[in-house]
Formats: sequence, C-alpha cells, structure tokens
Amino acid sequence: MSAPHSSHSGSHNATPAKGFYGWMEARLPALSLFNKTLRDFPEPKNLSYLWNFGSLAGIVLVIMILSGIVLATQYTPHVDMAFDSVERIMRDVNYGWLIRYIHANGASFFFLVVFIHMFRGLYYGSYKKPRELLWILGVIIFLLMMATAFMGYVLPWGQMSFWGATVITNLFSAIPLVGEGIVQWLWGGFAVGNPTLNRFFALHYLFPFVIVGVVIFHIWALHVVGSNNPLGIDVREERDQIPFHPYYTFKDLFGLSVFLFFFALFVFYAPNYLGHPDNYIPADPLVTPAHIVPEWYFLPFYAMLRAITFDIGIPFTDIVFVEAKLGGVLVMFGAIGVLFILPWLDRSPVRSGRFRPLFKPCYWLFFVCCVFLGYVGAKPADATLLGLPLQWFGLLGIVYYFAYFLVLLPFVLPKLEKVPELPVSIADAYSEKSSGKQKAAKEQNPTEEGQAE
Amino acid sequence: MSDASQDPPTRRDFLLLTGTAMTAVGTGAAVWPLIDSLSPSAEVLALATVEVNLANIEAGQSLTVVWRSKPVFVRHRTEQEINQAAQATERDLIDPEADSARAVRPEWLVIVGICTHLGCIPLGQKTGDNRGEFGGWFCPCHGSHYDTSGRIRKGPAPKNLTVPEYRFLDDTRILIG
Ligand code: HEM
Ligand code: FES
Repeated sequence: MSAPHSSHSGSHNATPAKGFYGWMEARLPALSLFNKTLRDFPEPKNLSYLWNFGSLAGIVLVIMILSGIVLATQYTPHVDMAFDSVERIMRDVNYGWLIRYIHANGASFFFLVVFIHMFRGLYYGSYKKPRELLWILGVIIFLLMMATAFMGYVLPWGQMSFWGATVITNLFSAIPLVGEGIVQWLWGGFAVGNPTLNRFFALHYLFPFVIVGVVIFHIWALHVVGSNNPLGIDVREERDQIPFHPYYTFKDLFGLSVFLFFFALFVFYAPNYLGHPDNYIPADPLVTPAHIVPEWYFLPFYAMLRAITFDIGIPFTDIVFVEAKLGGVLVMFGAIGVLFILPWLDRSPVRSGRFRPLFKPCYWLFFVCCVFLGYVGAKPADATLLGLPLQWFGLLGIVYYFAYFLVLLPFVLPKLEKVPELPVSIADAYSEKSSGKQKAAKEQNPTEEGQAE
Repeated sequence: MSDASQDPPTRRDFLLLTGTAMTAVGTGAAVWPLIDSLSPSAEVLALATVEVNLANIEAGQSLTVVWRSKPVFVRHRTEQEINQAAQATERDLIDPEADSARAVRPEWLVIVGICTHLGCIPLGQKTGDNRGEFGGWFCPCHGSHYDTSGRIRKGPAPKNLTVPEYRFLDDTRILIG
C-alpha cells in the first residue's frame, strides 16, 4: 500500500521550532499531532460531498455530548421523578426545551448522518483492503451508538421508554438456559424498574465517551491508510492530493451549515415529528401501548426481530433447532454481525461501485431493501400489503439483505463481472473531468496497476 | 534456546504458573462483586406474596394483581371458556400442556400476564379488548394469540403464559407466591 501520508507535514523542521509552539513540542507534541490530522493531512483531491459525513458525524457527536451534559444537570434518574424532571426541563428551565429538542433530534440526525456515511462506504468499497480495520471500528461505533440511543430513549420514562426497554432487554431471554438470568441481571429486578433506569442513566452518560475513544482509533486508522475516493483507486503521487486545510476544512464547514439548516428546521419547527406521542404519557408497567414502535433509526432491525414467527427445524417433525424468538434475535444481530466480516466477503478486486455495472443494481436494491424493512418495522405486526401479510415481504427483504452480503458479493458478482479498465491517476481523471471531458482518463500506462492488488 | 518442553520444570516455571493462576483468581474475585452488584438486590428479592380475594369476581370477569412487580391475571372462566381450553389437542398447541395441569380449579385461571415473547402485557383483561383468535389474550406488540388457558396458539411467543405458584387458602381466597 502506497498511500503517502503526512510527508509534507509542516511541523518537523530540521531546526527546532521556537516560542510557545517549540516549548510545547519539546514536551508534548500535541499541537503538531493536531496539525497533522486537521491541517496538513493530505486527502485525495476528488472527494465528493459524500465524504463530508464523517467529520459531520464527529461534530454531531460533540453536539450530543454538550447538550447531554447540560440536560444531565437538570434530570433526575428515578422512576417517580424522571418524567416530571423532563417536563420541568421543557417548561421551567431556561432554554430547557431548546436543549432537549437539540438532544432528541440530534440523535435522529446523528443516525441519519452515520447511515449516509455507511452507505457511502458500501458503495465505494471503502471497507476493502487496506481499510478493513477502519471499517470494523466504524461498525463498533455504530453498535455503541445504538446502545447509547436506546438507553437515552428510556430516560424520559414515558410509555415508549418503558416498553421499548422491556421489549429490547427481553431479547436476551431468547438465549437458551442463561437467558432469564441475564435479563434479571440487566434489570436488577423482576421487571424494568428503578434499578434499570438508574444504570441506564449511568451508562448513557458513559457510552458517548467510549464512542469518542473508538472514534480516535477510527481516525488514527484513517490516517494510516488514507481516505478512499469516488474512483476507488489508490493515491499514487503528490498531485493526486490536496491538504485537508483549507480545502476540506472549508468544504466541511459548508456542509455543516447546510446540515445545521435542516437540523434547525426540525428543532424549531417540527421538534416532535420524529418522536412518538406515546412517550409523553408517563410509563405504566401495567399497560402496554397498542402499537410499540422504536425510533425510526431502529425500524429495519425491529422488522427483522419480528419477522421470524416460526420455529426453524426439520419440517413436519417436532425437531426444532432455533425457536422463533431466538431466530428473530439471531437475524437482527446477524444483520450487524455480517458487517464485521464484509471486508472478506466482497471478493471483487474493484473498490468503487462506479466501475461495477452489475454491483450497481444489486447495491441499489439493497438500499431499497433497507428502507423497505424500515417501512415494515413501522407497521403493526398484522399489517398487510396487496392482501398478503406484510411480514412475508419483510422476510423477503431479510433474505435479500443477507443474500447481498453472503451470496452476491462473495460468489455471484466476482464471477459475472469483468474487471474493468480503471483510471490510473486520480489527478488525470480529475483534470479531465474538470476540463469538461466525459470519460475518465484512458492514458496508456505501461505498468498496469492502480487498483487494490 | 532449546525446546522448553524438554527441560525439567524449574522453580521459575512453578512461580510463573502459580503466580498467573493466583492473579487470575484474584482478578476474578475482585471483578465478581462489581458484576453481581447489578443483580436484583436483597430488598427486591425479599419474596412478596399476595393474597387475592376471589369473592367479587363474576364468571367471565378478570382481575389484574401485581406480584413481584409483574401483573398476574386472575380469570373466572365461564363454562364455555373451560370447554374451549379442554378441547385443544396436543396438535393444536405450540407448547403442549393440558388445561388441567394449568388450573388448580377449572373455573379459576391464574397466570402471569407477561407475553413470553418479549414481555408486553397482552390485551384481554378488559371488556372490549381484542382477545385474539382463540378467545383468551392477544399481545399487540408482535401479534401473539393465547387461548382461554393462556396457552400460546399463534404468533412469535414460544411459551404459554406462566402459571405462578399459588394455592387456595379457602374457597374465595388464593395466595400467590
Ligand atoms: C452518542 C451520543 C448520544 C446519543 C445518540 C444520545 C441519545 C439520546 C436520546 C435518543 C435521548 C432521548 C431523547 C428524548 O426523547 O427525550 C436522550 C436523552 C438524554 N440524554 Fe442522551 N445521547 C447522547 C449523549 C448524551 C450524553 C453525553 C449525555 C450526558 C452527559 C446525555 C444525557 C441525556 C439525558 C440527561 C437525557 C434525558 C433527557 C431527555 O429525555 O431529553 N446524552 N439521549
Ligand atoms: S411481546 Fe408479545 S408478541 Fe412480542
């Protein structure tokens, strides 16, 4: 791998730097590290706007932590007081409504940004060698985010909080033998209750900082292997690249302002649009709402959880390998688990989907499939579509979800797709594009390389 | 260096092994209290029992009582409901269990009102509730249907609604727990 990196870092001169900077450098080279990551870091010059969403996610994480800490100063994690303390934040605390709406909508936007970030990676093959670990760290962040958001949603202690917590913690009861014990351990009781709320608050405060830690490793890994780009070919020379600052700092700032525009629209004009009215009813352990739905970002996974309504075993016998309940849980966790091994599942040598004619429709069908599973998750369990149970379509969606990763990427696509002629140089492709020509660079290069070997 | 396994064990090997073993035991002993502190605590475990007065529950009516912070359904079953429950054969049942094994006295059914799928409270306690296709209870969360014996008949739940430990104190009182 030949990604040149930080070769023209401005901070390591032969003569030691002077002044405060020099004094700091001799003791703790933090400033130069900062420079290397945020100022001089060389990036491919052809990144599209889809490359904005990584740094955007980082900024949203900061927004979540700041608004969360301020909320925590006013919030009471006790079953008798939690709901009222949130209402107090909404009505009496100065700007409490604003901070809470920022935090609640921020969670939704965080997921939106991260979903785009992930689908970007899926399309451009950013998970492929040498970025496997970078991708895996991302999946870990995603898991931690889901845990954090789930526990945060429990804190206001409304009906959805309580029943969401009940349903999700009960997932673990599907584990054979030890399941019941694990669930009671999670609850600290025989049902979701005060001990549960207390520990969820403690962990909801902790996890975002764990996320910060993993993000640091994620960016560290990024800086070792360098960014992928829309062409999916390796950076080869200095003229393929531009420094992060000022080019991408300003592009990111522009992206941020567009993001903040839409974010503000929701915070100020539709703050409860993404939420659920049932969560403004205080939790009642004896009454389940008629229709439990998680927040939108969990819907596809929720659909998977519900879709397995039959035991998996040998047909027409009593032999059961996997009970329906465990089946749903396995499918749901498997959907994320498969992302961990994705770098080794996709066996095409070509990174960017742009050069893969058969991959493209499969990818977009996969995208539609995820959105559709979200739709299935939002509907009641007994909903129908075209007169057939909606769950059947849900099953179909699940089959395609897994087939994409386990059949199409490893076996079908690499067989059917010819390895195309790829552009050789980012810089050439870039200047040809900007000079108005249609085709990517086709310069004859004697050494046939440029793609992941 | 020669192959270590060929050499007779030395004092050093012994110290390393016992040292490592003791460290593992010590770490485990230090971590366990942290983990176990999350389990239900003594005051939660202090076993509560509840006594239920059946005198005022007419046939066809149900009562929900709270036992160990769980809802328990006490149903005074009608003749028809008892017959329905008795008629189901093993082939109709997902989790086969005879109705007679689930009710100490056929007219009274006492079950924990927590869906065995993922823990929602099934509907069917109030008049006008959707009772599902088998006339017992219906869990709206993911669509589990329970019959008049609280047995799972359709949907994702794997088990029948649990029958808690209870006994009749006299003809009109039961003690749960
Ligand atoms: C990864 C970042 C985070 C995510 C995704 C997240 C997500 C959430 C969500 C979805 C809610 C429920 C909002 C509602 O419906 O009211 C919530 C509530 C809450 N969060 Fe966070 N959170 C994050 C970080 C933090 C941090 C760092 C803190 C504290 C230091 C915090 C403190 C709180 C508090 C006190 C509440 C309850 C008040 C409320 O419901 O608005 N959060 N969080
Ligand atoms: S919790 Fe009752 S069907 Fe899922």
